Amino acid sequence: MTVPPDDADLAELPQVADSARGMSRRQALLSLAAAGTALAAGPLVGTLVRASDPADPTHAGEEPLPPRRWAMVIDLRRCDGCKKCTEACQAKHYLPPQQEWIKVYTLRDRTGVEFNIPRLCMHCEDAPCVRVCPVTATFVDRDGLVLVDQDKCIGCRLCMAACPYEARYFNWTQPKVKPPLPTKATPEFPSPQQRGTVGKCVLCVHNIKFGQLPYCLEACTMGAIYIGDLDADVATNGTETVRLSTFLSENNAIRLKEELNTKPRVWYISGHGEDLAW
Amino acid sequence: MVATAADPGGAIALRSAAFRPVQAPGRWFWPLFAALGAVVVLAAVAYGYQLLAGLWVAGYNDAAFYGIYEANLVAFIGVSYGGALVSAVLRLTNARWRAPITRMAEAMALVSLVVGGSFAIIHLGRPERIWQLITRPQAASPIVWDVIAISTYLAATLIFLYLPLIPDLAIARDRLGPSASRLRRAFYRLAAASWSGTPEQRQRLNWSVGAIAVLIIPLAITVHSVLAWAFSMTSRPGWHSTIFGPYFVIGALYSGVALVIVVVAAFRKAYRLEPYIGLPHFVSLARIMAVLGAVYLYFTFSEMLTTGYVRTREEASIVAVLLEGSFAPAFWGFLVGGILIPIVLSLVPAARKVRYLVLAATLAVAGMWLKRLLITLPTATAPLIGDVWGTVQFTWVAIVVTLGATAAIPLGLMIIFRFVPILALDEMMETDSRDEREPAFERSLGTRSPP
Repeated sequence: MTVPPDDADLAELPQVADSARGMSRRQALLSLAAAGTALAAGPLVGTLVRASDPADPTHAGEEPLPPRRWAMVIDLRRCDGCKKCTEACQAKHYLPPQQEWIKVYTLRDRTGVEFNIPRLCMHCEDAPCVRVCPVTATFVDRDGLVLVDQDKCIGCRLCMAACPYEARYFNWTQPKVKPPLPTKATPEFPSPQQRGTVGKCVLCVHNIKFGQLPYCLEACTMGAIYIGDLDADVATNGTETVRLSTFLSENNAIRLKEELNTKPRVWYISGHGEDLAW
Repeated sequence: MVATAADPGGAIALRSAAFRPVQAPGRWFWPLFAALGAVVVLAAVAYGYQLLAGLWVAGYNDAAFYGIYEANLVAFIGVSYGGALVSAVLRLTNARWRAPITRMAEAMALVSLVVGGSFAIIHLGRPERIWQLITRPQAASPIVWDVIAISTYLAATLIFLYLPLIPDLAIARDRLGPSASRLRRAFYRLAAASWSGTPEQRQRLNWSVGAIAVLIIPLAITVHSVLAWAFSMTSRPGWHSTIFGPYFVIGALYSGVALVIVVVAAFRKAYRLEPYIGLPHFVSLARIMAVLGAVYLYFTFSEMLTTGYVRTREEASIVAVLLEGSFAPAFWGFLVGGILIPIVLSLVPAARKVRYLVLAATLAVAGMWLKRLLITLPTATAPLIGDVWGTVQFTWVAIVVTLGATAAIPLGLMIIFRFVPILALDEMMETDSRDEREPAFERSLGTRSPP
């Protein structure tokens, strides 16, 4: 997915645009605080704040950020496989235990070294799941994220067959976990899950679109997960801020199954010598 | 033809044989009907439970997202394809011996297509939303191709069954008389479409049957290729294969001809059709089946060799589980029991008995169902990251639904033949009368006959 045309002004990077654009005081405060540590002082990073426990996870009525080309970087040098990301994701999206939208695999590389690798939806720019969906229930949103409209899904599971990353899950039964608040499930915050439909990582678009961090990133005590914007060229793990392109190239970041040409929006940094060709 | 002094042409005997299921199906009919019906009802109950409880009751999980229902979908639509094609090809090549078996082959094609197509709904998580395939289709999705292909093919099999039936329905209209109920007579009157057998009608009908016989071949190939492509349009090892279209087509033909043999044998026995369907029919069908089985064996070998030789990581793991891993007993069992033994039984002169040929065909049908499971399961349970394999549970729901679908095929055929003659009466009488007119050598050359 490329930048939508109405996002052309973002390319020119009016760096102050976001803070000028009617942010809440809380966001603005954190924006300033973050700016102190941000090397690029990107407005994106400044506006991403702790989501902790929002009263309304769907942010109804709030004004979203302008479209972004979201990207995620996972620094495997820091991942200790504690699965706090999985736990937070499941708890806050009210997922049944077998649905690990972010799943930590412990694998052995070719040299026999064990390493942990959290796998979430890659939000591929050329997503095979989107192509095979017979009813366009799986779609690409304005930010280029791959979402599922569970009101449309007929449950044929061809997207699960098409996904090369095992990132899709099926509601084989009526989900027992229910959100405490009677929120209306949306493609961005599909909770409660619907029986007989597909669910998967939404990159917490319900949060990041409103300037808050994804749950997995927040939960990661190792600071291994970064979220960023390819256009603004910044990324943050909540405490540090990096220039995205430099961070990726200096650390030889790779994407999973590059040979399939799916163009994932998730990069991995392997630092222990593992080559990810498990 | 069974000729007697009172019935020199054997036409009366033929007619009474063809209408035997309609008029007096025999004492076994209703008990068997009830038994098969009970299995189908049980399957419907199991499906109802699945609707309420969710798809997990059919044995699925996230590490095994496709399984028995998908294998059933391919297997049942496959046999349908074989039934339609054997009838179409035999018509187009003017194979005279086809006349007594085409009706059964065409009816089998229709019934198994309906049963097979229903698995496209049974395997869905939200079947009540299936209408969205029409209201919001995505042209790039292989499932949308499937919907278009299967529904077109369904229309074609209906026409393919109906057109050659018209003269026979007219016979029913004219001959059954007061023995049939009023409703039945109204049905025959309507369905016979004012057929009176004028040369003009005959010419039109022959042309139409010929046209649909030609059309149904590419249609059937399309249906089964598209079904294969739903699998091979994914990047999964074992499915993402260029051979899949033709591989599925040949597999469908092989299993379809085999089921034609089984169906013809069963109804021949049940309705005492031995005077019209003899060993030569089975020998000919078995030969076709053996050739198709050999081609399927060749495809299987070709697939295993190319993927097993290069041994890319994921493909190699699929080959390994089939040849020597957890699926090996099923795979080798299929190769020996589902292909080699049927081929040998079909070709060896010593086995030239109806019961051996039926055994061969039964093994082929069962073996090909197993093969579809061997296509679906290893790939659907193979890990794409890491090395933990998934497992499908063979739950009672999936088994009962599968048994119900299997029972629905004979049940559907029994119902159809309660209303229409089981033998293509008109065709058989025509080929017979022409046989008397034409010199023997011309007959052996297979000169032009109505399709």
